[in-house]
Amino acid sequence: MAGSEVKAVSRRRFLGEVTRTACGVALLGLGVGLYARSAASLPAEAIRPPGALDEEKFLGACIRCGLCVRDCPFDTLRLAELGEQVANGSPYFIAREIPCEMCPDIPCVKACPTGALDHELTNIDDARMGLAVVVDQENCIAFQGLRCEVCFNICPVRGKAITLELRHNLRSGKHALFIPEVHADACTGCGKCEKACILEEAAIKVLPLHLARGKLGKHYRLGWEEKRQAGGSLVAPDREHQYNLPEGMRYDYEGRGLIIDEAAPASPYADDPLETLKRGQEGL
Amino acid sequence: MRAGQYAGHDAVVSKGWWAAHKWLLLRRVSQLGILGLFLLGPWFGVWIVEGSLASSLTLEWLPLTDPYLLLQMLLSGGRPMQVAWIGAAIVVVFYLLVGGRAYCAWVCPVNIITDAAAWLNRRLGFKSTANFSRSTRYWILALTLLLALLTGSLAWELVNPVSSVYRALVFGIGSAWLLLVALFLFDAFVSRRGWCGHLCPVGAFYSLLGKASVVRISAVARARCNDCMDCFEVCPEPQVIRPALKGEASGAGPLILSPNCTNCGRCIDVCSKDVFRIDTRFNNSTNNQFLHKTEVAP
Ligand code: SF4
Ligand code: SF4
Ligand code: SF4
Ligand code: SF4
Ligand code: SF4
Repeated sequence: MAGSEVKAVSRRRFLGEVTRTACGVALLGLGVGLYARSAASLPAEAIRPPGALDEEKFLGACIRCGLCVRDCPFDTLRLAELGEQVANGSPYFIAREIPCEMCPDIPCVKACPTGALDHELTNIDDARMGLAVVVDQENCIAFQGLRCEVCFNICPVRGKAITLELRHNLRSGKHALFIPEVHADACTGCGKCEKACILEEAAIKVLPLHLARGKLGKHYRLGWEEKRQAGGSLVAPDREHQYNLPEGMRYDYEGRGLIIDEAAPASPYADDPLETLKRGQEGL
Repeated sequence: MRAGQYAGHDAVVSKGWWAAHKWLLLRRVSQLGILGLFLLGPWFGVWIVEGSLASSLTLEWLPLTDPYLLLQMLLSGGRPMQVAWIGAAIVVVFYLLVGGRAYCAWVCPVNIITDAAAWLNRRLGFKSTANFSRSTRYWILALTLLLALLTGSLAWELVNPVSSVYRALVFGIGSAWLLLVALFLFDAFVSRRGWCGHLCPVGAFYSLLGKASVVRISAVARARCNDCMDCFEVCPEPQVIRPALKGEASGAGPLILSPNCTNCGRCIDVCSKDVFRIDTRFNNSTNNQFLHKTEVAP
């Protein structure tokens, strides 16, 4: 009898202890789990190394060994420390500090033992670490009509990722603006433009793709693209577009747009104000 | 241990200081040596070992990968490269041979901190107040694996002090120092051997890994034990000693078979009667002829 009582007590004690431990551990798990969720959002200025998988997959694949960091000859990459906004121990770089020099042999990717940096990436020009965006057109001096082009010139895929688009300078009336324009099909997101931008705070910044890119609705079709793909107009016969224009107006499809015929009076107002008021009331 | 004496005093008297600290010193050489190998590169540009304990490349040839991290990664959906598999396989085989928690005693940097904290705790004669069950670490181990599965990321690595501290040491000191201090204070004043002995999931993983390991500590000459309790005092996992040391009556062999023994060899050091030695799992006979005939102390 006494023996079974002792047994019951010790069983109760055991169960109590197990429950206590389980509860404590569950709380710990909850804490870490929530922290993991908040740590999964990367600050916009932190760029992952070339070949990095999508952020979510990356966090499940990178064991935070730092081999990529060690093999980067330019000390671009660093490992996040505890308390930083980037997931503890994961590699990243900040373009404005040290951008990626786009090594042709991509040693960082080669060093990665886990595939968190995708070994399929063999041509560094195919890397998409992020996308450069001219974020501040009001401070980029090219938009003021001054010649800068520093970002254009420093770009490792020069002339492809950033092009200079000529625009009429409305202010002076006779000069051109050389506007830097970034093309996502060539920009690797290396960040050299952001690093080189002459402003105190860069007007061109490399952003992670999910921030930098817009997305067209699925239902949206671009007529000319569809036409090219189909090898001809999808609306056959291609009828000429009809506009119901006010009298005395024409529409020029070739670029001039809406044209007011010379014959029409230059001003809708007649010389005699009374005439103006009477207009359109002839039938009365 | 007599009153007023520190554990190991008798051993120092009978064997001399060096012999009474042999395994401790070897262990520190190993721990600091491994850390030093990692630091040779960044500090002096001598790249013998690259990376960290998570995954490293020695002499650009030998890959080593932490199997615990690889497991977390697999659960969170990662697909490692072949080199990571090879690296993990080498590590697994190694610890299958030398005892899983040899990692704790001979490699892990936290061990130096928790040993120091335990020493201070002993010196101050603190009784630990917060008591966890020693099995808590297996719960936490399970939790870390579950978290990897549920969050699809290496969630535990966000907070894991063991890897954070090593990274901080090898890649430049950051706020992970705070973790070191916190671990020290916790072990010194809150719960003696609280972290390594009760909570650390890395240690738990390696103890499971070394469950059938070949190298074991043996209380071969347990007949000579004079109950000074010094080994219990210094052992980070004292509960593992009793079955081997006191098990003769119940027919248990002299091998310490618990996978939680870290094979640190500190018990060998502090025993003035030379009860312990390093042995293999295959040598667990209860009547060791050799010892009984020639070595039993008068
Ligand atoms: S491509 Fe070169 S510079 Fe860029 S992160 Fe990799 S190793 Fe560093
Ligand atoms: S080498 Fe791969 S696994 Fe290691 S830190 Fe870099 S990305 Fe992560
Ligand atoms: S370097 Fe900066 S200021 Fe100059 S054109 Fe590029 S974005 Fe504008
Ligand atoms: S128990 Fe954990 S912290 Fe302690 S020595 Fe082992 S791995 Fe390191
Ligand atoms: S039994 Fe001996 S070797 Fe094992 S952990 Fe304790 S002191 Fe170290």
